[in-house]
Amino acid sequence: MAWQWFHRLGSPRWFYWKTGAWLPWLAIASGLLLSAGSLWGLGFAPQDAKQGDSYRIIYIHVPAAFLALAGYYIMAISGAIGLIWKMKLSYLVMRAAALIGAVLTFISLFTGAVWGKPTWGTYWVWDARITSMLILLFLYIGVIALSRAFAREQVADKACAILALVGTVNIPIIYKSVDWWFTLHQPATIKLTESSSIDPSMFYPLLTMIIGFYCFYAWALLLHTRNLVLQREWRTNWAQQALADRTPAADR
Amino acid sequence: MEFQFAGLADFLAMNGHGPYVWIAYGVTLLALAGLVIQPVLRRRRLQAALKRQQRIQQRRRSAEKRKRVAEPA
Amino acid sequence: MSSVDRLAAGPGLSALLRVELLLALRRGADIANPLLFFVTVLALLPLGVGPEPALLARMAPGMIWVVALLASMLSQESLFRSDFEDGSLEQLTLSPRPLYFAVLAKVAVHWLVTGLPLALLSPLLGLMLNLPAAGYFCLFVSLLLGTACLSLIGAVGAALTVSLRRAGLLLALIVMPLYVPVLIFGTGAVQAALDGYAYNVQLAVLAALLAVAAALAPLAAAGAIRISTDS
Repeated sequence: MAWQWFHRLGSPRWFYWKTGAWLPWLAIASGLLLSAGSLWGLGFAPQDAKQGDSYRIIYIHVPAAFLALAGYYIMAISGAIGLIWKMKLSYLVMRAAALIGAVLTFISLFTGAVWGKPTWGTYWVWDARITSMLILLFLYIGVIALSRAFAREQVADKACAILALVGTVNIPIIYKSVDWWFTLHQPATIKLTESSSIDPSMFYPLLTMIIGFYCFYAWALLLHTRNLVLQREWRTNWAQQALADRTPAADR
Repeated sequence: MEFQFAGLADFLAMNGHGPYVWIAYGVTLLALAGLVIQPVLRRRRLQAALKRQQRIQQRRRSAEKRKRVAEPA
Repeated sequence: MSSVDRLAAGPGLSALLRVELLLALRRGADIANPLLFFVTVLALLPLGVGPEPALLARMAPGMIWVVALLASMLSQESLFRSDFEDGSLEQLTLSPRPLYFAVLAKVAVHWLVTGLPLALLSPLLGLMLNLPAAGYFCLFVSLLLGTACLSLIGAVGAALTVSLRRAGLLLALIVMPLYVPVLIFGTGAVQAALDGYAYNVQLAVLAALLAVAAALAPLAAAGAIRISTDS
């Protein structure tokens, strides 16, 4: 009985109609949290003593980096679920997570570079965290490229799941090695990894933004997965009805 | 908690860091919006493809019917 | 003797290795090409950055490692290709013996015909790039261990893309990020040797990476082969 929801979740049709009701709530929550958090961070959080106002980029940089990394695990776990339980739907979640994760990784890299210019005087430094993020972006791009290379989507699904899992094993190793590499080459003048405690007046807007990004991630993931569901099932009767915005009586 | 800037112009200038902050926020907004808009556009494309398919099927069906009507005569 | 015949004979791991090695040695170009690539690209380096000995010496460990990595990766595309095309890869998946060992044998042979010659050739290139004397032994050993890792990791990519017609660039795209730790510790070891420090820690890390890769990569590659031959 307890596993019923799990098996149901494997049905694209059930998933599609069930999650339709969640979308507006997630949209409202992410919209509210993100705009409130940005406004708070941009206008009301106090200025940073050392970096001035450019530090306000932290309110998008850190949440995006958080989710970029968490997104890889979401992608890999969905892939693993697909391989183990042969659940078609989880492959679609994996594909959606790959694209969203790549975009979030790009955001964190871009905002980091823009933040770097006024703070360290250069857009790009080969800092341990930036380099790891860049490699994470390459990992995402690899999965996306592989998913588009196959003529048969079922084969692409499984291949991507394996690649995502191999990447998961590698991520901690990559992070550790890049960390080590950076301490080896660290220029004495630039110190980027400063673990200082953040003041509550700066932390609460950050927390708001992090929660907002999580909501946005869930929203985008559902939107993309639902679309992939329709795309793959579009020959079926229910998907055609869904595309015509008619809810069949059985699914209401 | 109070507004940290004297006015709107001051807010936009961000004490000289304005361009960096606003470019970062702008690009993020664009990227996030793209993530939401892409599924909407794809859904529309799917809908159009489905309609085209249905129209073709309809035409084929009516052509067959006409043929069936024409044959006995 | 094709792969199908040797399966009918029911080979053990050593027989598998022997046959694979024989097949690889017969295709001379497969051995020569990565080595030629290695030498040619490194000959382009002084043409690109200038012949100043001090600059070349500084770049030598990193460049030799990066090019060795590329040479190993480029040769990887054909790892399962011919066996996939003549159907013997599918036969392998049907054999009662675990696919793990078959993959391991193929990877071992790939390393013997590319990684080992690359490592053996590296002192010569070190000489041409003015690498200081302290680096040679470390470069050789780190390449020996590192290329084995690269062969194992690359095998996963090769297995994933074997059913695709033009897999070369895609293979590079999916495998490169996974090569990062090997590259870092490989060049790190040589750099430490050049700076006069002990480099056995880096070599130990490379050996540890090799052990993990040997345990896991053939498993992933075997899974990928099953998927690729299923289509």
